[in-house]
Amino acid sequence: MRKYTPKDNVQGKAYYTDRYHVVPSVPTFDVATDEVFSKHLAAIEAVVEVKSAKIMLGQMIVEINHEDNFKAIETLKNECDYAILSEMSAVDYLAKDGNFEVFYQLHNLKDVKRMRLVMRIEQGLAVESVVPLYKSANFAEREMFDMFGIVSNNHPFMKRILMPDDWEGYPLLKTYPLHGDEFASWYEVDKIFGKDAREAIGPEIRDQAQIDRYDTKRFSRVGYEVPFGADISEGETETPIEYSKTLLVDYTKKSGKQLDKRK
Amino acid sequence: MAQHQVNYASTAGLPVALTTVDHLVNWGRSNSLWPLTYGLACCAIEMMASGASRYDFDRMGTIFRASPRQSDVMILAGTLSKKHSEFARRLYDQMTEPKWVISMGSCANTGGMFNTYATVQGVDRIIPVDIYLPGCAPRPETLQYALMMLQKKIRRESANMKNNKKQDLRLI
Amino acid sequence: MQQPNKLSPFFENLNFERDDNTMVINFGPQHPSAHGQLRLVLELDGEQVVKAYPDIGYLHRGIEKMAENMTYNEFLPTTDRLDYIASTSNNYAYALAVEKLLGIEAPRRAQVIRTMLLELNRVISHLFFIATHALDVGAMSVFLYAFREREFAMDLMEDYCGARLTHSSVRIGGVPLDIPSGWMAQIRKFCDNVDYELEHTYNALLEENRIWKMRLEDVGVISPEDAMSWGCSGPMLRGSGIAYDIRKEEPYELYSELDFDIPIADTNDSYGRYRLYMEEMKQSTRMIRQLILMYDETEPQLMAHAPQYISAPKEEIMTQNYALMQHFVLVTQGMRPPKGEVYVPTESPKGELGFYIKSEGEPYAYRLKCRAPSFFHTGLLQEILVGTYIADVVTIIGSTNIVFGEVDR
Repeated sequence: MRKYTPKDNVQGKAYYTDRYHVVPSVPTFDVATDEVFSKHLAAIEAVVEVKSAKIMLGQMIVEINHEDNFKAIETLKNECDYAILSEMSAVDYLAKDGNFEVFYQLHNLKDVKRMRLVMRIEQGLAVESVVPLYKSANFAEREMFDMFGIVSNNHPFMKRILMPDDWEGYPLLKTYPLHGDEFASWYEVDKIFGKDAREAIGPEIRDQAQIDRYDTKRFSRVGYEVPFGADISEGETETPIEYSKTLLVDYTKKSGKQLDKRK
Repeated sequence: MAQHQVNYASTAGLPVALTTVDHLVNWGRSNSLWPLTYGLACCAIEMMASGASRYDFDRMGTIFRASPRQSDVMILAGTLSKKHSEFARRLYDQMTEPKWVISMGSCANTGGMFNTYATVQGVDRIIPVDIYLPGCAPRPETLQYALMMLQKKIRRESANMKNNKKQDLRLI
Repeated sequence: MQQPNKLSPFFENLNFERDDNTMVINFGPQHPSAHGQLRLVLELDGEQVVKAYPDIGYLHRGIEKMAENMTYNEFLPTTDRLDYIASTSNNYAYALAVEKLLGIEAPRRAQVIRTMLLELNRVISHLFFIATHALDVGAMSVFLYAFREREFAMDLMEDYCGARLTHSSVRIGGVPLDIPSGWMAQIRKFCDNVDYELEHTYNALLEENRIWKMRLEDVGVISPEDAMSWGCSGPMLRGSGIAYDIRKEEPYELYSELDFDIPIADTNDSYGRYRLYMEEMKQSTRMIRQLILMYDETEPQLMAHAPQYISAPKEEIMTQNYALMQHFVLVTQGMRPPKGEVYVPTESPKGELGFYIKSEGEPYAYRLKCRAPSFFHTGLLQEILVGTYIADVVTIIGSTNIVFGEVDR
């Protein structure tokens, strides 16, 4: 029977897991244990609905509804001094929970605090852009769109950023294979030479350990050099190795120059 | 090797050197290879290092040029991404004949460690390559050795580029 | 977009004179002073930039995707290729993030070595900045001098880990190697050398150089509000007068024990940032000198003791059966960190380099996001280039000190 491979997550997976293996968790703490964070949390709770809040590894993680992101971040920026949006992106949970997790990593310079605002959003829905608050979201939201296909509303320039404009597919989705799909594998050939050249150039070689004994375009044998692209199915003649005369230095001799003295 | 040094004793005192056109032209070509500054990724730093003080590329007649119109060698130093590939081909087309290509580093040779959707798996899929230089990243000495190998290759070639068998890719 | 055909070929460089009489020029992706593969589309009115549009992604290699398909230890050499000018800082940022997730701490000697390598990498990166920035502005000789010093630093890195550029000199849980004999004397000599050259070569060549000052002063002014809004960090943030250094404010490794100052520049321009970089190099050598003394007081242990996650030292693997079994499991299956998420910021030479790792308890990271400082500094270009002259564009790109392995990942 063929081994079942899930189609909704084609990323790397453990080939063996002990059947009694229990996944431990990083310890989390209540927000009330930190004075500053509880103040910030109270400020968010005053404007939007908070689904959950905890402190993990010294940073507060607050989950909210995805409609409220702009309001919550506005409060955090204006009332809680979170002056910098360090990073924002998404995590693909389509296979597991059927949605994306979008996170905003915020940084408070005054109190030296970092927090993460997370929200779940279904595929096909758009988030509200936070570019009016933080300009750094300009590139970050474009990258999120490029990699996951999550559109930001009211973004000044919602276009692909890292991949070319005519690219198909969203590379960081769990359904997208690491080596790329059919479109990706022929992209540069189609673009430069046209589809007709596919046959002449041939498919990509993704197996890095592949060796073809008779392919004289990509491989050669030391001592059996033949012209480029020659047919060697009948066998090749031995060519004595030609060493460069001038380049060889006899290090066995006591020479004046010591290599270690270069500094 | 071109016999460019005039030995007055052997030519009976006459300032005459006898050689073939091939030798003469190839001597000129191989000793003034001007590469295009085409740094793509990490290898570009090593390419810069080989042009800088300790390794001093200039003593080989190698002076980096910023324009493809003025250069003979394209040193593809680094990962070529799919988005960039059409520019690489266009720059190659803009270079004047005769032209040669050194593919520097594993990424340019085969895709290297970046076996992903976004990288071209070997620049020889889009442009013909003369010298493959392995390493991640190759040391500056290695790049200099590659250039010396290219010089050796040029000296063996015919001065008429039509006689040299290149990859079919050039015709496309 | 123009539709190319045989009669009207596709001219990307010039969008010939339109009614409003602005010219669109294409800067890159192959441009000697674009610091890699930056493509800038500039709209010019005469010589003044009306609109700038940075087009990035020409070095996108899918590193974040690779992280989802590699075990944690496998991925570590890939981080070398992020900021390839100072590789160790990336290795370290990644290793620290995973260590936080695992809840382990490197032994004291490993911490000393790591901090020393981080500062050495900062010197390498800043020397590279001075070299290329000066070259872009037109001071060719500084490039040659700075690369001379940089080669000595590369020799030191090579003596430690064997590689010049892609070091992988930090492991999750410690460092793989101890300092070779004679290395400490050499690095002390190197520090003296750098301090001397900073004073007598670079300062003498640039500090009061009239052309250098004319090209850099009041060019690329970033107000503190803009710097924070655009997510600037590191020298770009401190160059705008905000004294925030992660080494000082959120100390990691041994920075809380070291005595060093945080230079800031309140002129907000390129010249101030250049001065700041020079001063940071001096602080780095100062720190390395303190670390040399700290090294002698440490125990020889190099890797943390956490048999569930980290292989035992080589001697134990070769002699003890259980250590060998653990090592086999860790190599073939990979370590399984607990379920959770972590974001760890570190102060890389370019700014705040952080790794966000989401772990689901598998040997593969569920999601890894690299917060690269240069990515946000590139975003800034679209605003600060507007209104400047075309000659200043190169200066501004140079002074932001972006590196494209990190921008495009």
